[in-house]
Amino acid sequence: MINTLLQGVLLGGYYALIAAGLSFMFSVMGIINLAHGSLAVLAAYALLVLAQNYGISPFLGLLVVLPLMAILGLLLQRFVLDRALRAGPLVPILATFGLSIVIDNALFEFFGANTRSLGNYIGSLSYDSIALPGNIYVGTLAVGIFVLAVVVLVGLQGFLSLTPYGRAIRATAEDADTAGLVGINARMATAVASAIALVMVGLAGAALGMKGTFDAYTGASQLLFAFESAVIGGTGSVWGTLLGGIVLALAQSIGATISPLGFLIAGHAVFLAVLFVRIWLAGGVAGLLRRRA
Amino acid sequence: MSTLKVENLNLHHGLLHAVRDVSLKVESGEVVALVGANGAGKTTLLRAIAGAHRPSSGRISFDGRDITALPSHRRVALGIALVPEGRRLFAAMTVEENLLLGRMAGRSGDWTVERIMETFPHLEARRKARAGTLSGGEQQATAIGRALMSNPALLLLDEVSLGLSPLAVDRLYESLARLIQSGTTILLVEQDLARAMRVASRVVCLREGKVVLEGETAALDRGAVTDAYFGLGRQKVPA
Repeated sequence: MINTLLQGVLLGGYYALIAAGLSFMFSVMGIINLAHGSLAVLAAYALLVLAQNYGISPFLGLLVVLPLMAILGLLLQRFVLDRALRAGPLVPILATFGLSIVIDNALFEFFGANTRSLGNYIGSLSYDSIALPGNIYVGTLAVGIFVLAVVVLVGLQGFLSLTPYGRAIRATAEDADTAGLVGINARMATAVASAIALVMVGLAGAALGMKGTFDAYTGASQLLFAFESAVIGGTGSVWGTLLGGIVLALAQSIGATISPLGFLIAGHAVFLAVLFVRIWLAGGVAGLLRRRA
Repeated sequence: MSTLKVENLNLHHGLLHAVRDVSLKVESGEVVALVGANGAGKTTLLRAIAGAHRPSSGRISFDGRDITALPSHRRVALGIALVPEGRRLFAAMTVEENLLLGRMAGRSGDWTVERIMETFPHLEARRKARAGTLSGGEQQATAIGRALMSNPALLLLDEVSLGLSPLAVDRLYESLARLIQSGTTILLVEQDLARAMRVASRVVCLREGKVVLEGETAALDRGAVTDAYFGLGRQKVPA
């Protein structure tokens, strides 16, 4: 049982990592990026290409892929999200949904239906484990991903609260018009935020590819896990995101020990339970939406 | 040298013609009060100067440079800072963080968080408090402090005494008097006519979006301003 819980917590680290970018983009720009999972898979494929064709280890590959993801974030903000936001609140959702379809099918076109993994390119890390007292073994990679998630979340928190750029991003998120009147280039602030979100997506994609397998259509399920973690934990704080990921993963792990089908069902059940409690606490869907506005 | 020059400015909010053919000049070191009834277009004019509204026609220039098309953050960088009506603080951020945001425009000058605390001593105790938890007077002081942190050459004050207790208003105007003595150029909107005429060297009265009276405070009597304010017609009003 302790083993199950521990594995669940470590998986939660991965969920928190992939949820971090999603909830950050939502809290700063008010955009639910439905292409989030697909972009993570795109990053995983990019690392795969570097490893397969050029023999570059995925860890070194991140040095190339993360800056590319940041640039992709800037372009995405400039040419898709910024325009979509001006057209109304529903348009960004449709635009990113369309983007996810384009990315998924482009990946399918290029790479086919084969299931891939970065596991072959990271040496023994994919099966190394750490022995804990009580005859429990945890995967070194899983621990690494959990630590990475904590570092990313703490780093993000520190950036937002302690640096001038972080303050500018928070101010823009709260009131973009007034931010402009105070001297903040609101467009620049959201572009930087978008680049940061996509760097986090890139890290999540690397974690996804290293810890397991992916194919062109894996993005949708990763988006779902990220979304569920973000809703369970709330988008207000980084610790909420970590907690949300852990709660989701624990529910899945415990569900899986009850029945082989329990993994997904238990996760969805916890998500729905938390969602209904949140709606009830806010006094109905209208209340929940009003608080967001 | 003219600091701010507004020429034949027109501005529409949808069907409403909020500012009609307004021309205005604020010289360096001057304190000009913009007075008028509710809906006369004072706030809209101020926000247009700060860059929050796009005019439909006309020209705004600052230090001889045409800024009509510049976005608001670039105007702050040139030295125009607005203290907006209703304060518009970032409620989730602390007083100190709100003040530091004024730094983003990157203008050099001698305003620091410490100097703001000296100017508004009652803020010191609330330095780490979230702006949303402050009293009205404290919020207003923070909003002015935030604008000052950008080291403005021209300070636009929109109804800074709105919603404050009489005591808080007195305190605020004491601090403003010190600013005025230090030579800051100020264009302010004020409902309280007596107070406006006391601090300003020149008064501009707006009615229904038009300038109906303009003159040195010393040369105007309150009756004339009140007439222009309400449009009582004792004086010939240019159409």
